Amino acid sequence: MEEVSARFVAQKISKARWRPLPAAALQPPDIFATGSWDNEDNRLALWAVGELGSGEYLGEPQLLCDIGHDGDVMDMQFLDQERIVAASSTGSVTVFRHHQNNQTLSVNQRWEKAHYHVDQDTSCGGAACTGVICNNPEIVTVGEDGRINLFRADQKDAVRTIDNADSSTLHAVTFLRTTEILTVNSIGQLKIWDFRQQRNEPSQIFSLTGERVPLHCVDRHPNQQHIVATGGQDGMLSIWDIRQGTMPVSLLNAHEAESEYLDWSREKKAFLEQSTTYLSHNTINQSVVCAWLNNDPTKDRMEITNLIPNQTLSVNSLDVLGPCLVYGTDAEAIYVNRQLFA
Amino acid sequence: MEEVDAEPPLVVVPGADPASRQLCFEWGPAEVLVCETRFDRGGGGDAAPGSSRVFVVRRDQDIYIQTLRKLFNESHGIFVGLQRCEEELAGKSRKAQLVQVSKNYRSVIRACMEDMHRAAAATRDPALHSQYSTQVSILSAMELIWNLCEILFVEAAAAGPLLLRLLDWIRLHVCDVDSMVREVLSSENPSKHKLFWNVVDVFVLQGRMDEARHLLSKEASANPTSMSMYKVLDDLMMKMPVPNLGNTQTLTELELKWQHWHEECQRYLRDGTFASNPHMESICKILGGDENAMLEKKELLTTWYHFLVTRLLYSHPTVKPMELHFYAQSSMDLFLGEESSPEPLDTILMAAFEFELHQVIKECSIALSNWWFVAHLTDLLDHCKLLQSHNLYFGSNMREFLLLEYASGLFSHHSLWQLGVDYFDHCREYGRVYLELHIERIPLNTEQKALKVLRICEQRHMHEQVRSICKIMAMKALRNNRLGSALSWSIRAKDAAFATLISDRFLKDYCERGCFSDLDLIDNLGPSMLLSDRLTFLGKYREFHRLYGEKRFSEAAKLLLMLMTAHIAPCSFWMTLLTDALPLLEQKEVIFSAEQTYELMQCLEDLTAGKPDKQKLLDDDVEIMKVEMLRLALARNLARVIVKEGTLEGS
Repeated sequence: MEEVSARFVAQKISKARWRPLPAAALQPPDIFATGSWDNEDNRLALWAVGELGSGEYLGEPQLLCDIGHDGDVMDMQFLDQERIVAASSTGSVTVFRHHQNNQTLSVNQRWEKAHYHVDQDTSCGGAACTGVICNNPEIVTVGEDGRINLFRADQKDAVRTIDNADSSTLHAVTFLRTTEILTVNSIGQLKIWDFRQQRNEPSQIFSLTGERVPLHCVDRHPNQQHIVATGGQDGMLSIWDIRQGTMPVSLLNAHEAESEYLDWSREKKAFLEQSTTYLSHNTINQSVVCAWLNNDPTKDRMEITNLIPNQTLSVNSLDVLGPCLVYGTDAEAIYVNRQLFA
Repeated sequence: MEEVDAEPPLVVVPGADPASRQLCFEWGPAEVLVCETRFDRGGGGDAAPGSSRVFVVRRDQDIYIQTLRKLFNESHGIFVGLQRCEEELAGKSRKAQLVQVSKNYRSVIRACMEDMHRAAAATRDPALHSQYSTQVSILSAMELIWNLCEILFVEAAAAGPLLLRLLDWIRLHVCDVDSMVREVLSSENPSKHKLFWNVVDVFVLQGRMDEARHLLSKEASANPTSMSMYKVLDDLMMKMPVPNLGNTQTLTELELKWQHWHEECQRYLRDGTFASNPHMESICKILGGDENAMLEKKELLTTWYHFLVTRLLYSHPTVKPMELHFYAQSSMDLFLGEESSPEPLDTILMAAFEFELHQVIKECSIALSNWWFVAHLTDLLDHCKLLQSHNLYFGSNMREFLLLEYASGLFSHHSLWQLGVDYFDHCREYGRVYLELHIERIPLNTEQKALKVLRICEQRHMHEQVRSICKIMAMKALRNNRLGSALSWSIRAKDAAFATLISDRFLKDYCERGCFSDLDLIDNLGPSMLLSDRLTFLGKYREFHRLYGEKRFSEAAKLLLMLMTAHIAPCSFWMTLLTDALPLLEQKEVIFSAEQTYELMQCLEDLTAGKPDKQKLLDDDVEIMKVEMLRLALARNLARVIVKEGTLEGS
């Protein structure tokens, strides 16, 4: 696949994210951020990919700037064009600002110990923050301590905290509507939380039957808000309809190993219109599958395409914006595919 | 004991002073821990308490060089690809495949070298600069050796093509002349440049005839007087027979042609055709295979192996692989002369020319500061089936020994450990044992990392390690008061004892607070409830509370009784259960049947009578009161139930 460009970056990449495009932008995204994990000094970096001039793509991604990050980057989201929210394994949540005029990164806001263990033995007690999601200016974080925090980018303290929201580890979070969020945990449950309610209880719990397979990632359909997808440790992709029932609508055994991250494409292919859902996800190791599910109304079946050639080590994160895909691996490389739909 | 090949290097631990205190040490899998003891050197006895420092001494320091991480990661991919690719491919295509793999390895080394070069150019710190430069020279030496091994062992080029390959090798690696060439060619008038003849010589020495002729033609057009002389030399250079890859001519044919051409060169020399121009005369001498003329260009040749290849080109173009070592040895002697002794690189190359594979690997192991090179090279040569016969008197075989060393080094690195796993996987004999040993020592800072390690173990069916990882995580969660998480981990590990421990904690919490925590987990235990008796009880007891809460009293009562009569509940918990029965007994409606009431009474009596510490139990006023109240409630219930059952039967 010659439209894929790669770069070895000498750090294991845990997250890769495209910078969102301004509303009126026509050109494809050109800047993405990466976060590393399991290094002695972890870094958050911004990369630029060359202009897509006359169908030709110039070279490998170039480093724009980077900044040290305390602990592993567990999750990362762009808050807006120039601010990035990063979740750390130390339990802190940091907002970084990208100064575009002189290409530097600086810390804009930090919530220390946003996630922590109540603990008598150890003094530090920070618990890893596993997931973060933004809906400017609101930021929601979840962690290994089963806590849900709601922050506002401009406020020093948390707006809302739900202690003991979950008895096991919360692995991921996403917005369902402006006031509702979805979380997945390590005992196979999908929970909906409504911030309008003052009770610290989920408004709804969905669970996989029997198995208790940990769920690692969650995302909702970009247009049909009631359709939600989760990826589990056994590689099972579950599609849920939150309007009905408490069990998944369909299960897809897409890979042999764990799904680490999944993402509904924010853009659909025009000619497939309503019926297309695009889904990509990956495995934690071995056969890395990036699947593209294409629900064809005439045939009513899913079509799965492997987008990433066989990798030996796991792909930890991927992000799709328009026709562009970026992903980072434990083999310390980042890959950019600019013609996903070609 | 085998004798030592090289004196082991002395490592000075900065900060430790073996002169004043005795040092003690402990071996680890990849490093040594060293510390100062309390005993001083001189007269035994305790000295004043010294520093309480422990030093970690690591070998394989190259693993920690940031810029080399690219090399490790990229070559890992190639390595895994090589292990996977089919061995079935027959003769030629298999060889082509292996040569391709070898080239891939070399291109990784080259890419890494370029990065390092760029980094060296970018840095202002002189110490860092010299460090980068050293790395560049080491990498370039590695590539030089690898390339030669590729020609001689992997590709095993035959006479004829062998010389062409060696020429390519020289052209690729003796590259300091390139800048000189560029300088001359970019000057306004190349033929007047002071280095002009040097450049022509370089082209001739490297057998780049077309380029040499091109330059000479420029010079010729500037000197119309000596046109004829140039014409002759140009003609000679053009006619020089070279082996070609197309196999259209046999070696004998080539030899004949070459002999003819050689004599022509000699004739011109004898005739003194070029006597008026010393530059051209020396070129002609070189063409004629005059070794002294070549040695005069020593600074252009730069190395003895360049001299070797030039010499082969002009005197023995059809050299056979097996004759190489003879020419190599004499070339080195001639080039280096008496005064200088060969350096490690020279010895390694010489060993390669002698086809002493094991010697090459051994010398490289001694000279290079990392295992990367020898491990990958040996693996590749092993795939070429060149190392089959050799077995070590320890371990399994050389390939495996070196791979294990390299992978162990990777495992000692805080983030490259993941690469090591695949290397261990491809060591048939000891790989698994090594992996088991190392994987347990990976620090598990986050659940995410633990899951990655767990995945590695699960895929390889390493049950013992899976259990230990889950246990570590469960312990961590327990210490953090995350009972739900701890229970999940112990269920995952199928660790019954630990599940019992955590269930007890849940029950204790319940007794203290009167409500359950982590209901979302306990309500969804499912079949995993059967892991341990205590966990089953926890699940069932919670079910009782749910039934009670839903006002399904008779089902709740039945379950409660069952918990005791089937001995699912631990004895220590019976009192709590009986107390839970109290409100059921006091309900308006009769819930327990006569038989069930008798059983309850039996339970109560068992509890009060069976206990050896009955006195202690009864001493407590509250306890006495509870028992009395229970007895009363039971008796009343019995009375009511007898009446009710009697009435029912009568009607």
